[in-house]
Amino acid sequence: MPEFPYLPQTKKDIDEMMEVVGVKSISELFSDIPERFEVDISLPESKDEFTVLRDLSELSKRNLTLNDMSVFRGAGVYKHFVPSAVQAIASRGEFLTAYTPYQAEVSQGTLQMLFEFQTMICELTGMEVANSSMYDGASAVAEAALMAVRVKGGKKVLVSEALHPEYVETIKTYCFGSDIDVETVAFDSESGQVDVTDLQNKLTEDISGFVLGYPNFFGIIENLSEIRSTIGENTMMIVSTNPIALGILEAPGMLGADIVVGDGQPLGNAPSFGGPGLGFFASKESYIRKMPGRIIGETKDNDGRTGYVMVLQTREQHIRRSKATSNICSNHAFNALIASIYMSMIGSEGLREIAKRSFDKAHYLSERISRTDHVSLVFTGPFFNEFVARFDCDLKEFNKELLKDKILGPLELERFNEKLKDCGLICTTEANLNEEVEFFAGRLEAIG
Amino acid sequence: MKKYAATHEWVSVEGKTATVGISDHAQDHLGDIVYVDLPEVGKSYKKGDVFCTIESVKAASDIYAPVSGKVVEVNEELDSSPEKINDDAEGEGWIAKMEISNESELDSLMDLEAYKKHCEEEG
Repeated sequence: MPEFPYLPQTKKDIDEMMEVVGVKSISELFSDIPERFEVDISLPESKDEFTVLRDLSELSKRNLTLNDMSVFRGAGVYKHFVPSAVQAIASRGEFLTAYTPYQAEVSQGTLQMLFEFQTMICELTGMEVANSSMYDGASAVAEAALMAVRVKGGKKVLVSEALHPEYVETIKTYCFGSDIDVETVAFDSESGQVDVTDLQNKLTEDISGFVLGYPNFFGIIENLSEIRSTIGENTMMIVSTNPIALGILEAPGMLGADIVVGDGQPLGNAPSFGGPGLGFFASKESYIRKMPGRIIGETKDNDGRTGYVMVLQTREQHIRRSKATSNICSNHAFNALIASIYMSMIGSEGLREIAKRSFDKAHYLSERISRTDHVSLVFTGPFFNEFVARFDCDLKEFNKELLKDKILGPLELERFNEKLKDCGLICTTEANLNEEVEFFAGRLEAIG
Repeated sequence: MKKYAATHEWVSVEGKTATVGISDHAQDHLGDIVYVDLPEVGKSYKKGDVFCTIESVKAASDIYAPVSGKVVEVNEELDSSPEKINDDAEGEGWIAKMEISNESELDSLMDLEAYKKHCEEEG
């Protein structure tokens, strides 16, 4: 057996250890494993570090990353431009231990950052209080459903079918263990918005909350005021939103939302493989004790200086154990840090500009599509930066062709809803250059 | 008549109505009380049900209904001044008034002397 520089045991060490435990060879240690599990895993010959690095580098060159591509796909995770300063600031060593700051005396930087994050989320959503982040948009919306039940006491929540299907699945999973019924409300096949008649028919007294997307999964902007007056005061309105959209849309808090949640990935976080992102969670002050997650508060120390601490910890699992309001403690604080730096860098003007460009490009593209013969818009409702189109061709094949030109095409919706066969969800952001949009529009026009 | 539960609630009975709170001994152990999640007026609880949660700087503690019955009034003063429980747990710091549904349950509760002994034994 050759000796490896990174393995600390010498042959002598190993021989001594084998003697102590009473075996003659290493393979004897594995003698308890039944023979049927002994397979030849055919590992190649070992290579030196220099060769391995060169091989991996060659291999990585075959990857196609979003940076090299035109992306016309979103559906919950979005490619936006991120100023280089965001990563530079976030990479500072002081921030890299974003673990729960129990000891406030040594965690003022982290605590202040999370406090600022909460403040920005409140401003963005139009709500009174926010926590210092959740795992992602899906778990945030599921926690919101549980919170509605804590506040209202019913045992049922309604969920719009036009909410992201994976969010709906997550809500069902969270509610399953808590014996909470989840019922879906249909969307209007013409507008793409919540079917208000179906909503009215399903409203009963024991419904604690109604969850919907704003914009919804199809990019459509729901009429929150109408929904608010439909469900009445006994049911909480839970709004799952895209923070970038709030750059130009009215804040859900101003339209009667009781809880506003969403995925903060679009705020400076990389799309990666769909994560890690962060969830944000905001509500009204009167419900603060029913809110999940960590909340950071601002206070004064003995000498009257501003300081930051975790507050309302008695709700949390390290104190309330099994009766805790939620079991989220280690949040995605590092991703929240990135989001906070991004938001403070772009400011409210920048956010509006990014939202407007994302909106404009999508609307330009939809205009072009409405004039083609073989692609058509599916819904009539107002939309932000995503919309659904029906294709007169094999969408899967079309996407394969696009990929050859380094274009990530529309998300095929059939796997989420069979009514949406041949339909694709198209997305644009400010990161789509005008010539990319032109090129893509040309490809759509050439279908048929 | 005033009686105590082993879980440190007191009940003061007048006719069919019981005023309920936590004992002075309990408030002393909880420390500074910062929030009281009051029970709902009109709701019925069985003896031993969690009917209120008291949050102190140390912990959030469940308070159990010492007798079965319907809540007819809650001490709304506690919403803005939860410290009233620290100041006067067995007087102005009362939590709720209940309409007793089973008076015989009072027999299983302790009088002051027995309760004092119970606290000593608990340490």
